[in-house]
Amino acid sequence: MNGKPVRQNSILIVDDEIVVRDSLSKWFKQDGYRVDSAEDAAHALKKMSCGPWDIILLDIKMPGMSGLELQKHLHEIDSASTIIMITAFASVESAVQALKEGAFDYVTKPVDPDHLSHLVQKAIQHKKLADENAQLRQHITEITRGEDIVGNSPQMKKVIELAKTVAQTDTTAMIRGESGSGKEIIARAIHANSARRYFPIIAVNCGAVPETLLESELFGHEKGAFTGAQFRRKGKFEMADGGTIFLDEIGTISVKMQVQLLRVIETKQFTRVGGNEVIASDFRIICATNHDLEAAVKAGTFREDLYYRLNVFTIFIPPLRERKADIPLLARHFLTRYTISMNKPVKDISPDAMDMLVRYDWPGNVRELENVIERAMVLAAPPSIRPDDLPFQLIPKHHAPADESIDAVEKAHIEHVLAKYGWNITHSAHVLDIDRVTLYNKIARYGLVKP
Amino acid sequence: MPSILLVPIPPVTMERITSLRLPLQSIFDTDTVIDASIHLDIIAALDMYRNQYNSSILLASLKERFPQHEGKILGVSEVDFFVPVLTYVFGEAQLNGTVAVVSVYRLDDTLYGLPENPRRLNERLVKEAVHELGHTFGLYHCLDYDCVMHSSTTVEDIDIKRDNFCPACSRAVKRHLHARS
Ligand SMILES: [Zn+2]
Ligand SMILES: [Zn+2]
Repeated sequence: MNGKPVRQNSILIVDDEIVVRDSLSKWFKQDGYRVDSAEDAAHALKKMSCGPWDIILLDIKMPGMSGLELQKHLHEIDSASTIIMITAFASVESAVQALKEGAFDYVTKPVDPDHLSHLVQKAIQHKKLADENAQLRQHITEITRGEDIVGNSPQMKKVIELAKTVAQTDTTAMIRGESGSGKEIIARAIHANSARRYFPIIAVNCGAVPETLLESELFGHEKGAFTGAQFRRKGKFEMADGGTIFLDEIGTISVKMQVQLLRVIETKQFTRVGGNEVIASDFRIICATNHDLEAAVKAGTFREDLYYRLNVFTIFIPPLRERKADIPLLARHFLTRYTISMNKPVKDISPDAMDMLVRYDWPGNVRELENVIERAMVLAAPPSIRPDDLPFQLIPKHHAPADESIDAVEKAHIEHVLAKYGWNITHSAHVLDIDRVTLYNKIARYGLVKP
Repeated sequence: MPSILLVPIPPVTMERITSLRLPLQSIFDTDTVIDASIHLDIIAALDMYRNQYNSSILLASLKERFPQHEGKILGVSEVDFFVPVLTYVFGEAQLNGTVAVVSVYRLDDTLYGLPENPRRLNERLVKEAVHELGHTFGLYHCLDYDCVMHSSTTVEDIDIKRDNFCPACSRAVKRHLHARS
């Protein structure tokens, strides 16, 4: 919804420097606040009659009456206003004094915008406006994401029912199923039906992040934590505050990471890499895996205590070949999606093509189905997708290269995808989930040539 | 229908500017053209002490250079922006006005010690461009975390939102476009 809150929160900025007043006013106006400013104590006291002000940002060092002195007067006029002091780096001592006198907090100039925005939000909540904000969020009723379709087979109806049940609780959920079976969609469905839905769901594919970067990915890092880290980075657990963190491919994480994960699940606290500040985050965990975690526990590669922490409520997603009733619905759903995004009037799937889709085994599950429909949409002549547009008769099933090194498999896979999409680079890169430059580099590296 | 004018504020590559044209054109459903005819002097905005560039000054000079332009103007640069009291900004815009600026600088993963990620950099730039232009269409920050008008003070915030408006913000943009045409 468009920002203007029901009852606008208000901020009064008191600072003798006009650039500070101007830039802060503008910044908070864009956030939907009612904003006014004053250049000195006298003006600030006058502006109190235009209140109430939820928050007063007060410069400590001003000519005439100082911010510290003014703070007392403002507090007498409206004790409900939350006062945040602004201080130059040099006057931190007086800021501490201000805190003793009842200021909510202080910031040093220049202010880190992320810090300021959190501080102000915290101050607003502190003023028991949390309820109002919560109500406000209730007004965001419009669904901005296109409804994800998962199928209407009895098996999937059961899955959805389980998802809705666990959504009503704050329990950790584990989603299991083959690769491509739509585990993330179910995680999103749980989140979207939970009380946390007005906060984000943050997805991390643990298997896709190099081990050396996973710690920073999850917990963030401070500036200078390692070479090249010029700026601070917020981790996924911090981003998930109020919402849900979705840890995909949880079975791939190292034992060292498992220990850290266990700790953050138990304490809901962590520190950024290279930092000491303890960050608290209120998140719900949903994880997913296609690994045999039980075997991993037995083998000692997955910690048993973490396993029990995560394996509280489990949802199994059956592979697509075990719920063929869903194939026509899903195929049509993807068809509609690509009709719109490609702006191509292919509106139907011919009965014999649909028959082939239903009979196929779908080792890559729903994701493979989507890719097949996308490709067929490129080839199809309007108005419908026909058997010739489907790749099944052309591509022999699973021709694994004799050389099983990663490079050989990657080369074969890229070659296969390029052939499948008629060497359309943009498309192939999209399907491979890499950018075009990377694809060109790989083509050159493996010496692939267009037939 | 007012158009969007894309103006390079050197240092910035033309490739960068060009990459914004189509996404903006489709998201705002309005003509988006590149105007590289002027040379905006970025040194006027440099704060030697902070070694950063004051985006408010750039906004003002953009406005001065295009006094008659009917539509929106977006300046794009690759230097580190700030506004006086804040340590940095990704961009700045004139609320319900005509000009906006964005910078690529802080959107680059390598500055966070991460591997280069050109695709993510581009996505972030599109989102920030749409966001700042959104302010020129009179939009405030939106509570919907998915909406491009949600406030982002870190790149991680940018990454969780989409490059497009939620239904309510989208309607507000359309109203604004029609009111002007
Ligand atoms: Zn904004
Ligand atoms: Zn919105």
